[in-house]
Amino acid sequence: MARRPFALLLLLALLAGCGPRQGRTLTIMTHDSFAVSESIAVAFEAENNVTLRFLVSGDTGEAVNKAVLAAGNPLADVFYGVDNTFLSRALEAEIFEPYDSPLLEQIPDAFELDPTHNALPVDYGDVCLNYDRAYFADRGLEPPGSLEDLLRPEYRGLLVVENPATSSPGLAFLLATIGHFGEEGYLEFWQGLRGNDVLVVNDWETAYRTEFSGSSGRGPRPIVVSYGSSPPFEVMFSPQPPTEAPTAAVVSDGSCFRQIEFVGVLRGTENRDLAEAWIDFMLSVPFQEDMPLQMYVFPVNTEAALDEIFTLHLAVPENPAFVSPEAIAANREAWVEAWTETVLR
Amino acid sequence: MTLPLAPPARSRPTARRRPAILSGALWLAPLAFLAVFYFYPLGSLLSLGLSRSAEGPAAPFLEMLASPFLRGIVGFTFGQAALSTALTLLLGLPGAYLLARYSFRGKALLRALTAVPFVMPTLVVAAGFSALLGPRGWLNLALMGLFHLPAPPLQILNTLGAILLAHVFYNTTIVLRMVGDFWSHLDPRLNQAAQTLGASRAHTLFRVTLPLLMPAIAAASLLIFLFDFTSFGVILVLGGPRLTTLEVEIYRQTVSLFNLPLAAALTILQLVFTLGITILYLRLSARVQRPLHLRGGSLTQRPLRGLRERLLAAAMIGVLLTFLVTPLAALAARSFARLEPEAGQPAAPRPAWTLDYYHELGINRRRSLFYTPPAAAIGVSLAYAAATVALALGLGLPAAWSLARGEGSLARRVLDPILMLPLGTSAVSLGLGFIVALDRPPLDLRASPVLVPLAHTLVAFPFVVRSLVPALRSIRPRLRHAAGILGAPPLEVIRRIDVPLVGRGVLVAATFAFLISLGEFGATAVVARPEYPTVPLAIYRFITAPGALNYGQALALSTILMAVCTAGMLGIERLRIAEVGEF
Repeated sequence: MARRPFALLLLLALLAGCGPRQGRTLTIMTHDSFAVSESIAVAFEAENNVTLRFLVSGDTGEAVNKAVLAAGNPLADVFYGVDNTFLSRALEAEIFEPYDSPLLEQIPDAFELDPTHNALPVDYGDVCLNYDRAYFADRGLEPPGSLEDLLRPEYRGLLVVENPATSSPGLAFLLATIGHFGEEGYLEFWQGLRGNDVLVVNDWETAYRTEFSGSSGRGPRPIVVSYGSSPPFEVMFSPQPPTEAPTAAVVSDGSCFRQIEFVGVLRGTENRDLAEAWIDFMLSVPFQEDMPLQMYVFPVNTEAALDEIFTLHLAVPENPAFVSPEAIAANREAWVEAWTETVLR
Repeated sequence: MTLPLAPPARSRPTARRRPAILSGALWLAPLAFLAVFYFYPLGSLLSLGLSRSAEGPAAPFLEMLASPFLRGIVGFTFGQAALSTALTLLLGLPGAYLLARYSFRGKALLRALTAVPFVMPTLVVAAGFSALLGPRGWLNLALMGLFHLPAPPLQILNTLGAILLAHVFYNTTIVLRMVGDFWSHLDPRLNQAAQTLGASRAHTLFRVTLPLLMPAIAAASLLIFLFDFTSFGVILVLGGPRLTTLEVEIYRQTVSLFNLPLAAALTILQLVFTLGITILYLRLSARVQRPLHLRGGSLTQRPLRGLRERLLAAAMIGVLLTFLVTPLAALAARSFARLEPEAGQPAAPRPAWTLDYYHELGINRRRSLFYTPPAAAIGVSLAYAAATVALALGLGLPAAWSLARGEGSLARRVLDPILMLPLGTSAVSLGLGFIVALDRPPLDLRASPVLVPLAHTLVAFPFVVRSLVPALRSIRPRLRHAAGILGAPPLEVIRRIDVPLVGRGVLVAATFAFLISLGEFGATAVVARPEYPTVPLAIYRFITAPGALNYGQALALSTILMAVCTAGMLGIERLRIAEVGEF
C-alpha cells in the first residue's frame, strides 16, 4: 500500500509531461479519427519551432459540442473535424475566428460551404452504397446502379443500413435520399425500402463487419451503406492484397452524400499566428497527400495527387446529392424523427 | 426455527460521540473529491442546460413528462434492468456457492477468467457475440455445415435476448466476487447445526444461508441493477435501433441533437431514479445486516467428494464457461482466423489460420504519429489502473469505515446514497461538465490526462464502498470491545482487529477498481490524449477503421487485453491465499 501514492505521483509527473520543452506549443482539438504521419508533424514542428499537442475529444458530435461549450475560452488554438452536418452548430456558436488562407485558391468553390471563412474545408469523403461483387457475379444478378434500384424485388432482403439517429454514415445516407428524392419524396422511398426488407442496425461496425457479405465478417447481406473509399481500403488492408477489390461503390448521380470536414482558428486563441500557419499547412499539398492513408478521407486541394491504389480502385461520384448545412441544422431532428416513425415503428 | 446468532449491533451500547466526530473527519476527503470532480461539473452542465431553455427551466421537465415516447423508454429501461439483474443472480449464485464452499484444481484460473468480461469494451463484446452467435458466427457456421442450411438459423442480434445475454456476461463476476467472497467466510457450522436439528437442505438454504448472505446479495444486486439501468454500449450496439434506454436517449439528445435543456431534464430524472433505487436498497439492507463470526476460507472450504458432487460442480463450471468465456474464446479464435469465401459457395465460408494480425500490431505501417505498440498501450492502461486503485481505495476506505460505524447516523442516511450517484451519470454528461466547469486556473484540467484516473475513480468509488461496507460491518463489536477492555487504545483496535478482518474486503474493492479502470471506455474516449491511448482506445481505433487487417488487429489486441486481465487476476488470487491465515 505504501508504494501506491508514490506510483500515482510518478504517473502524474509522467503524464503532465514534465520533460524539458523549448519554444511554444500549438494545441489542436480534433475528433477520434484524426491521424497524421509522424514525419509530416515533425516537419511542421521544426519549421515553426513549435511543439504540437493534439486533443482528441470523442467522435465528431462530442468534439463539436465540447468546442461549442468552450466557445470564447477555448481548450485549444485550432479545431479540426467539424463536418457539414454539424457546421451550422459550430458557426452559430461562433467558435471560430475568420481566416482567409491564401491556399483557398487551390480549393474548388464547391467545398467552401462557409463564405465567411470561419471554417475552411480540408477533406471530403462520400457515403455511398457498397456491394459484394462476388455475390452478384455468382448469381448472374445485375448489381444496383441507383437508389431507385433498391426497391426492385430481386434485391429484397439484401440491403443493410445504419440508423441515422446513432450513426454518421446513417445520417449521411438519409440526407442523400432527401437530396435525391426531395423532402416530399424521401419517406415514400423509405416506406418502399421497409417493404423490401431493409435491415437497420445502429452502427457502421455492425453493418459493415457483421452483416455485409463483402468484408472480412462475411455476413449475409450483399449491399451496405458505407464509404466510397471502402473498396480501395478492402484491397489495401487485406492480409494478402487481391488485384481487384472484392466490393464496389455505387456512385451514380444523387446516390451518395458528400461529408466535408472543416478546420478553423478557435476564437480567443493566444497563438493566432501559429494557428494560421497550421491551417495553411493542413491545406498544403504534403498534408493533403498524407490524409487518405491516415484518415481515409480525400484532399480538397486540386494539386494533391492520389496514391496509385486509389486511382486504380476508387470511384468518386461526380454529382453527389446535396443538402445545405443550414437546412440540415434546421431539420435534422424532424427528418430523423420522421424517418424513425416510417422505418422503425 | 431460531439460531444462536449474535443480536443486531444496534442493541449494544457503544460510545457514540467520539466516533461521530471522527466519522465527520473521515468524510472530508471523499466529499471534497465528489464535490469538485462530480457535483460541480455536473451541476454546471445541468444549470447551463436548463438556462438555455427558451420557455423557462420547467419547460423541459413538462415536455419529458408529457411524452409517451419517453415514458416508454423509462419503462423499458427498468424492465430490462430488472430482468438482467434477476438472470445474473440466477447464474451467479450457484457459481458463488461453488467457489465459496469447494476447493478444486483450476479454481484460481476459473475465478480469473470470469473477471475478464468486466473489462472488455462493448464494441469488442459485440464482436465476440457476433463471432459466436452472429449470422457468420461459429455456432451458425457449424449448424449450417451440419444440416446443410442455406441461411443462418440463429438470429439473436438486435433483440432483447442479446441485451440480457450481454448484461449477464458482463455482470456475473460481481455476484461471484461480492457474494462468493462473503459466502466463503460464513461459518459452515451454522448449516451443520441446522441440519443436525432436523432441517432439510432446502430449509437450511432458505432459512439460514440466504438470510445470512442477504447483505452481500443486496449490495451486488444494487450495483448490477444500476449498471444495467445505465447501460449504454450494449443497448446501442447489440439492442439495435428499436430498443432504447434512458442513457442512450440522454446521449442522443446531448450529442446528435444538442438539445441540452431536455438532456438536462433526462439526466436529473436518471439521477432521481438512481437515488431512489439506492435508498430502497439501504432500507432493505439495514434490516438484513447481522454481525457474524466470519471464518477463514481454509476452514469453510473442502474438496469435492463423490460422483454426484463432482458432476454437479462440472455442470456449474460448464454453465459459467458457456456464458462468460465462450464469446471471448470465439473472439480470440477469430483473431487467428481469416474467413475465406469459397468459390461458388459464398454462403458457407471456411476459416484459414493465421498469425498475420498479431504480427501487424508491432508494425507502424502507416508511420502514424499516434501509432502505439501494444506493450505501450498496456503500460498506459496499467498505469491508469494503478492510479485508480490508489485513489479509489484512499478515498473509499475512510468513507466505508465511517459508514459501517455510523449506523443510523446522518452519514448513513444522507451521504451513502450520494456515493452511488456517479453510477447513474452518463460519461458524456460528465465529460461536457468538465469542459463547462473546470475551465479556470487552478482547476483548468480540461486538457489534462489526469482527468482519466479521476473519471475512473468516480465509477470505481461506489464499488469500493459497497465491497467494503458489508465486510466492515460484519466485524463483531464484541471483538473490538474485548480489545478495548483489555486496554488497547482505539488505533490499536483498528490495527489489530479491523485491518486484518477487512483485508479481504480491500482486496475485492481493489480488484473492482482495477477492472473498472482497465475496461473503461466512454469517459476515457472523451478526455484521453492520443499519445497515451489505453488498450480499449487502441482497440477502438482499429475496429472503426476499414479493411480486414484493421479488424483482425482489433481482435488480436482484444485477445491481448484478455490475457493481461487474466494474468492480473491470477496475481491478485495469489494475494488472497496469503490473506487466509489472518483469520
